Amino acid sequence: MANALESYIDHTVSVITNDGRQIVGTLKGFDQTINLILDESHERVYSNTQGVEQVVLGLYIIRGDNIAVIGEVDDDTDSSLDLSNIKAEPLNPVVH
Amino acid sequence: MRNIAIPYLIDCQVNRHNLILNFKIPLFYSFFKSLVGKDVVVELKNDLSICGTLHSVDQFLNIKLTEITVTDPDKYPHMSKNCFIRGSVVRYVQLPADECDTQLLQDAARKEAAQSKQ
Repeated sequence: MANALESYIDHTVSVITNDGRQIVGTLKGFDQTINLILDESHERVYSNTQGVEQVVLGLYIIRGDNIAVIGEVDDDTDSSLDLSNIKAEPLNPVVH
Repeated sequence: MRNIAIPYLIDCQVNRHNLILNFKIPLFYSFFKSLVGKDVVVELKNDLSICGTLHSVDQFLNIKLTEITVTDPDKYPHMSKNCFIRGSVVRYVQLPADECDTQLLQDAARKEAAQSKQ
């Protein structure tokens, strides 16, 4: 009855962390506590004033405690995004 | 397909004469399983609200939503069609009133509370 992340494996995913960061990468692995292995990952920093900044991270393990949302990214839609023109408020951190 | 709650063991006591096993039937897990396929709005602890169709839920109440839209003004320029939400960050799950039999839920919750008191 596992609601698994298996269908996201080897797909590009966007992870929202508890401190309000967005990290995009290829999901390589996960476990029961939702620790993730993300390959070719980069962080997207949004701001109200300038376009999106991308920080390249590489191969990352993100601990499940820190993960809020995992979104499956549609590569076509994603590549059509003009990141230098997107302005948005940064996300709030998770407050328990 | 019947939704069957799977009991899990929460306690086990052994004395000289017998073995006492204490099971807990996950109430809200069963409740959410009965809502699969319905449209819900999940409000998260980081103030994000995501509207979508409930695809599946697990024992930790992690939620998978499909056909998602962001209900609030797009502070969230995100472009997924589906997402997985970790149970620990959910603040509310909003559902239409007619999807939920509150009387049944209240009775079931009361029964569970009574059972766990023993």
